[in-house]
Amino acid sequence: MANFDKELDARGLNCPLPILRTKKTLQDMGAGQTLKIVATDPGSVKDFQAFAKQTGNELLESAEAGGEYTFFIKKK
Amino acid sequence: MSEKKLAIIATKGTLDWAYPPLILASTAAALGYQTEIFFTFYGLKLVEKKLDLKVSPLGNPGMPMKMPFGPKWFRGINWNIPNAVQAIVPGFESLATTLMKQTVKNNGVASIGELRDLCREADVKMIACQMTVELFGFKHSDFIDGLEFGGAATFFEFAGESDVCLFI
Repeated sequence: MANFDKELDARGLNCPLPILRTKKTLQDMGAGQTLKIVATDPGSVKDFQAFAKQTGNELLESAEAGGEYTFFIKKK
Repeated sequence: MSEKKLAIIATKGTLDWAYPPLILASTAAALGYQTEIFFTFYGLKLVEKKLDLKVSPLGNPGMPMKMPFGPKWFRGINWNIPNAVQAIVPGFESLATTLMKQTVKNNGVASIGELRDLCREADVKMIACQMTVELFGFKHSDFIDGLEFGGAATFFEFAGESDVCLFI
C-alpha cells in the first residue's frame, strides 16, 4: 500500500503508547485521510484491530516484516 | 453513538501499581470512553505534584529481579535475594526503584509522569478522596492542578452510570 497522508514512527514504543500516539496524530488529520504507523510492539497487531473496531477508524492494512509492524488507518 | 464510561478506583501508591490505572485510563480515553479515576488511600501518591513513587520487591515473590544492563546472559539472571537480606540492606527499595525505572526505559514503556500527562490531555477526570487527603495530612496544594476533591457519593455519581468499573 503506497498512498498515505501522514506517517507515525512508533518503533521502540510499548503498550499503550503506539495507540495513544496514533489517536493524537489522527486528531490533527482530516476525515478520509490515511495514516501509516510503523511499530515494533508485537502486541500492537491485536491492539490496532481493537482500536479500529472501537473508534470506527478503518484499518486498511496490517503487515509484518522483519520484526516491524505496519498499519494503515483511514480516519473516519 | 453514546460515549461509553470507565470508572476506576486507584488505591495503590507504588511505582508498579501506578501503571494499571493510568494505562487503562489513557487507553480508554483514546478509544472514546469518558473516563474518571477516583484516587484514594495510597493512590493519592499518583496525583501528587511531585511524583515520588517507589517499588519494593520485599515480600513480593512475583517480582522478577533482573538487571537492566550488561550482556544478555547477565540480564537473564533472576536474582533470588532473600527477604531478610532485602529488609536489612539500607536503600534496597531505592535501588530496586532505579533498576525498575531503567527497565521501563529500556522497554519503551512510558513513565508514570508521561502517562499522567496523557490522561490529563485526554480529559480524564481525576478526583481525590477528600477523607484520605485529610487522614494522611495532605494539603490540596500538594496535588496537581485540575484535581477535584470529593467523597464516595461523588464516585458513585459517575460509577453508577459507567459501563466498566475497576478497583485497582
